[in-house]
Amino acid sequence: MTELNEDTVRAECRAWLEANWDPNLGLVEWRHKLAESGWGNPHWPSRWYGRDLPVGLVPVVKEEFARIQAIGPAEAGIRVLAAATILAHGTDMHKEKFLLRIMTGEDTWCQLFSEPGSGSDVAGAVTRAEMKGNQWIVNGQKVWTTSAHKAHWGLLLARTDWDAKKHAGLSYFIIDMKQPGISVHPLRQMNGHASFNQVFITDATVEPEFLVSEVGNGWAVTTTTLMHERRGADGLRTWGKGSTRPERAYEEERAEIATTMEPYRWYPQRAGRVDLVIPRAKETGKIADPVVRQEIAKLMTMSKAAEWTARRARTAQEQGRPQGPEGSLGKLVSSNIARAAARVHTQISGADALLTGDDSPMNGVIAEILVSVPATSIAGGTDEIQRNIISERVLKMPRERTGDTDKPFKDVPRNLVG
Amino acid sequence: MKFSFSSEQEEFRSNLRRFLADRAPIKETRRLMELDAGWERAGWKALNAELGLTAVRIPEEYGGHGFGFGELCIVLEEMGRALVCAPYFATTVLAAGAILLAGSDERKAALLPGIAAGDTIATLASAEDSGSWDGASCTLTASATARLNGHKSFVLDGHTADLIVVLARGPSGLAFYTVDGNAAGLTRRLLKTMDQTRKLARLEFSDVEATFLGSAEGTYDRLMIEAAVCLSNEMAGGAERLREDALAYSMMRMQFGKPIASFQSMKHKAADMLLDVELAKSAAYFAAAALDDGDEDIAVTASLAKACASDAYSQTATHAIQIHGGIGFTWDNDTHLWYKRAKSSDVLFGDAFYHRENMMKHWAA
Repeated sequence: MTELNEDTVRAECRAWLEANWDPNLGLVEWRHKLAESGWGNPHWPSRWYGRDLPVGLVPVVKEEFARIQAIGPAEAGIRVLAAATILAHGTDMHKEKFLLRIMTGEDTWCQLFSEPGSGSDVAGAVTRAEMKGNQWIVNGQKVWTTSAHKAHWGLLLARTDWDAKKHAGLSYFIIDMKQPGISVHPLRQMNGHASFNQVFITDATVEPEFLVSEVGNGWAVTTTTLMHERRGADGLRTWGKGSTRPERAYEEERAEIATTMEPYRWYPQRAGRVDLVIPRAKETGKIADPVVRQEIAKLMTMSKAAEWTARRARTAQEQGRPQGPEGSLGKLVSSNIARAAARVHTQISGADALLTGDDSPMNGVIAEILVSVPATSIAGGTDEIQRNIISERVLKMPRERTGDTDKPFKDVPRNLVG
Repeated sequence: MKFSFSSEQEEFRSNLRRFLADRAPIKETRRLMELDAGWERAGWKALNAELGLTAVRIPEEYGGHGFGFGELCIVLEEMGRALVCAPYFATTVLAAGAILLAGSDERKAALLPGIAAGDTIATLASAEDSGSWDGASCTLTASATARLNGHKSFVLDGHTADLIVVLARGPSGLAFYTVDGNAAGLTRRLLKTMDQTRKLARLEFSDVEATFLGSAEGTYDRLMIEAAVCLSNEMAGGAERLREDALAYSMMRMQFGKPIASFQSMKHKAADMLLDVELAKSAAYFAAAALDDGDEDIAVTASLAKACASDAYSQTATHAIQIHGGIGFTWDNDTHLWYKRAKSSDVLFGDAFYHRENMMKHWAA
């Protein structure tokens, strides 16, 4: 067997691509080839469309794809989290049924975790799943569900035992979103977009074999999904623009990207658009103002130091060394950056910051920053939850006693608001 | 550019950390800082000799180890962490740095081996009463026969150094000269410093005999870049130590029947402190690697690292005292020693505001 290293992997991948890549194939047809060969998700098990490649060597494969503009597997959106969760906890039936169609992009997924009554406290879910006859019957309400209106499948967290303690009463299911018991309504945000949905579930059904892991083990599976979500952070949404080349595969990919990325159009703005700060300051002349210069430099310092911190963490990972605390800070620092950037953009724009849409700078982009950054410190784990995670898991500070884990969940006090 | 520490560097760091904890405990810093000199020759020579710390970045041909800024900055980070009271920064970063940048081979051969061996304590005298480290503000003059007239101030270990590298206006522009610490016509006065662990002196030059070292045009700016990067690493070490000590204290301190570390107000502060310190470390490490790699953006990177470390260290020190509560405001508690070092480090070679403006000069162009 050839030794696995950067050079051998690169050579093998390049040879395969040269023999097989054809932009005139249909997107799904090409991705079937990727699945058969294992080059699409080479870090997946060889039994399931991968090649057992160490994660550290995946960038080499990505470089080879990029070199000749070969299209990879469908990667953006919740489907990535679905794949990771199924690989970790799913049955062979789940892997057989779902993984291939995730890779090819034929199936779209959504995540049904958050509820109106449980945001930061995801394990406080009260959507119920009850076994009636030989089916699970699900009732409840989920919220902040990206792409629910398009999704074929949902990753569902539901309560199956009200006498058990909080975490022990949860189970994890894969639910068919295209059924009458599921009703999806868009949720309008403060920035005017409607990227998320509310999902009302009324007597929806789940076949028993679509339970993931055991009954009562739903929290462990949820943790896997959330871990991948945090690790991926905005990676889930950073998909290339696609090539402008005319061949069929590119054309189909452009359409796919447009659909998948639609809900994420404002995401660059919610991160603060640090890239626009200096060009805007030059354009408005504010670059000459010493007060503005200080604020810009503070922002750039934070942004650069955060970038280098991420690089430190990545380098440690690539070298197979244990990651230090630097690996847990990205989410929190990105909130600080977004807030600071919105402030600096306001300072730079002056009175123009009063305006929006085509009356405002950059056809509304700057205005969109100002009304989108509050999402950064809430979505995917609030700053407060991030600080709890950092202080408890990284700094080993004591956990605070909570009032909901020492008794049957049915006896835990519920929300008095919302 | 990839930046991370090799396993050899990590080993060097952990050996050094153990060594300094053992040989330069804070009790020793407290004793030395009460002395006018701030250090003792026999003690410093012994400490230095064991690990050859002053030799780290001096080339082998001049009796050194020939390492880069990566290794030098590890030493500085550990010294900042341990708050070692010693003439190390002045000797290795400033004086040796100036000699390496501006000196001829002959002058290097004459001056560097003594520094590498730990025999020569040296420093740089560049700022004056105006308190600016910009070369342009230099008023001290050097005659065609290398006689110096004028004054210098804020000179690190200036009252005790054997050798002083002086920035002066010479006949052909800004230049470095070397002066013997005991030269005739040189008056040295120890300044009263808020940070007692960092001794500063004011020097008066009255027709002092000096030796030309080399041109400071360009090289002085470069030296200040190196100093900013090195100090950033020292500051990162001090900030991390403060953060860890405050965290340990919060785990031990009981109020209302439980450790104060269990209160969310403490936990969130601790998380923010970790973030501040880790960002400062990343910037300092990146800047050290950039110096070794000859990165062309080094002026911006150095200022960024210094501004980042300044804010992080001061903020961490403020939080650390707050977490300690009343005891943190006492002389007997060690926190104030790092708090004062944070302040002195912020101001030295330009504060965070200065360095941010420096960054903008490059970006606004």
